[in-house]
Amino acid sequence: MLEVRNLTVAVSGKIILKDIDLKIEDGQVMVLFGPNGSGKTTLIKTIMGFGGYKIKKGEIAFQGKIINELPVDERVKLGIGIMYQHPPKIRGVKLKQISGFLSSDPDIIESLSQKLSLSEHLDRDVNLDFSGGEMKRSELFQVILQNPDLLLLDEPESGVDIENIHVMGRVLNEYLKQEKKSALVITHTGYILDYINAQKGCVMSEGKFWCVGDPREMFDAIRDFGYEKCKECICPHKA
Amino acid sequence: MSSQGLNGIIHKKDLDTVSSSGMDLSEKTRSASFLQQDNRVEFYRSLSEGVEIMGIEEAIKNIPEAKGYYGQAFDSLKRQYPLDTQGGYFIRIKKGRTVELPIQACLFLKAQGFQQKVHNLIIVEEGAKAYLITGCSASEAADEAFHLGISEFFVKQGAYLNFTMIHSWKEDVSVKPMSIAIVEGGSSFISNYICLRPVKEINMYPTAVLKGEEAKASFNSLILSHPGSLQDIGSRVILGARNCQAEIVSRAVSKGGKVIARGHLKAEQKDIRAHLECRGLILTEKGTIHAIPEMESEFRDVDMSHEAAIGRINKEEIEYLCARGFSKEQAQSIIVRGFMDVNVLALPDMLKQEISALEDKTLKGSF
Repeated sequence: MLEVRNLTVAVSGKIILKDIDLKIEDGQVMVLFGPNGSGKTTLIKTIMGFGGYKIKKGEIAFQGKIINELPVDERVKLGIGIMYQHPPKIRGVKLKQISGFLSSDPDIIESLSQKLSLSEHLDRDVNLDFSGGEMKRSELFQVILQNPDLLLLDEPESGVDIENIHVMGRVLNEYLKQEKKSALVITHTGYILDYINAQKGCVMSEGKFWCVGDPREMFDAIRDFGYEKCKECICPHKA
Repeated sequence: MSSQGLNGIIHKKDLDTVSSSGMDLSEKTRSASFLQQDNRVEFYRSLSEGVEIMGIEEAIKNIPEAKGYYGQAFDSLKRQYPLDTQGGYFIRIKKGRTVELPIQACLFLKAQGFQQKVHNLIIVEEGAKAYLITGCSASEAADEAFHLGISEFFVKQGAYLNFTMIHSWKEDVSVKPMSIAIVEGGSSFISNYICLRPVKEINMYPTAVLKGEEAKASFNSLILSHPGSLQDIGSRVILGARNCQAEIVSRAVSKGGKVIARGHLKAEQKDIRAHLECRGLILTEKGTIHAIPEMESEFRDVDMSHEAAIGRINKEEIEYLCARGFSKEQAQSIIVRGFMDVNVLALPDMLKQEISALEDKTLKGSF
């Protein structure tokens, strides 16, 4: 589904990602671990095509098509969707407006908004005065309505209380259980791993991949020994 | 004066323009209506017992109190006002009456080069409550026309007036409204102003004087500035009694014209609360927005604040909507439309939808 080949990315002239290789198969969920500032969000934003993330070298291929030069909305049309870590607040633009654009079926909008306790948020300005948890639920709500084949999830559970992680985890798992839905998930807390069936994990540090393996085992190892240990135990691997 | 309804008086080709200023020509959703074309009072009719409506000259002739009020608001602030006016409306809402449906008044510029000068008088008696929409517009033929509108509002003890003014002019029309509201204790004066169509020049600085304790005033405006226009638009509240509250909110979008967004809050008593907020979006290189917020107090025990922000559309917001599948152009248009959201105005629910639909129609394809 997604193949990143030899990707080097600069932000404001500084190299952030270096020679990254990554492959996500159809229906595969991959988890990205790594300390703050290691380049995880940069990788996701580069895949999405956001401004300011300059590809110096390498390729991003989605469904066999090189998308390096495609604008964001064209990538969305191909089937990539992102859940923001820190979405912007937009005054006067209602969540209802966006959801109505993403899905033409009012029943789907209603049932999903109820599941994610967002019914009352539909008439509100998107992200304005939303709590941390509300923002995350609204992000998940939108991206699922968008129905992408590849979900890019940037810390979906950060700032969300346990009860809501449970609700979000179930919604996400239901979505990913469908055929050929893939995801690239960044997580620090690892809570989301209890809900989704992630097959592959990798550790990113200093703009490189260091380790690939079973995500749960990796998470346990990181929790016990820290990211530095990941660097030591295995030589740089290709994801 | 015509015996037929408002609908029959306005020329067919002017119907769209007049409707674009918020007028319901069927009168079905209005409790009273008034229409003046150039200097002629063409129509007035009240469909509610609580509302008296007529031309100002007629009111001064027939209603003894009207004469007493005329000019009083300007005199109280020692302000001069032009005396060479012709027409304008007199509206009085009777004591204790709540008038659910809005009252509408239309001031229409019809002839080429016409200089319309009107003097309006609005009295909301003790404990009364009403909504008023004034729509000002110009016909296709009214090239280089001029409109001067003097308005005096008297909102008596415990009364409520929600006033919405919609300007729907054209490129070569110049406009100068002069308004003063005298707001007594326990009463509220809310002013909503919308100007989305081109205009040559607008110069206005309406003032509300809060005279009694616990009086409230709020001024809210939505301004779209087209290339070549100058809109010098402000709002002033003088908080003259304790426990008064005031709010001034403005949103200006420049597509190439110049907007001067002024605001002035003046505390003349302690224990008052007042806030001023001005936000501006500049869409093109040639657009100018100049925000001038002012606050004044001689007292320590006041709570006054302001915030102002001007700039281009936030790139991150555009990108966010693109990440939902909107094109860049669609995203920009949605953001600007959202910036001009009808909720910025303090409209009653029944007018919200109507004004929002009007905005949609006027702004369609604008960005």
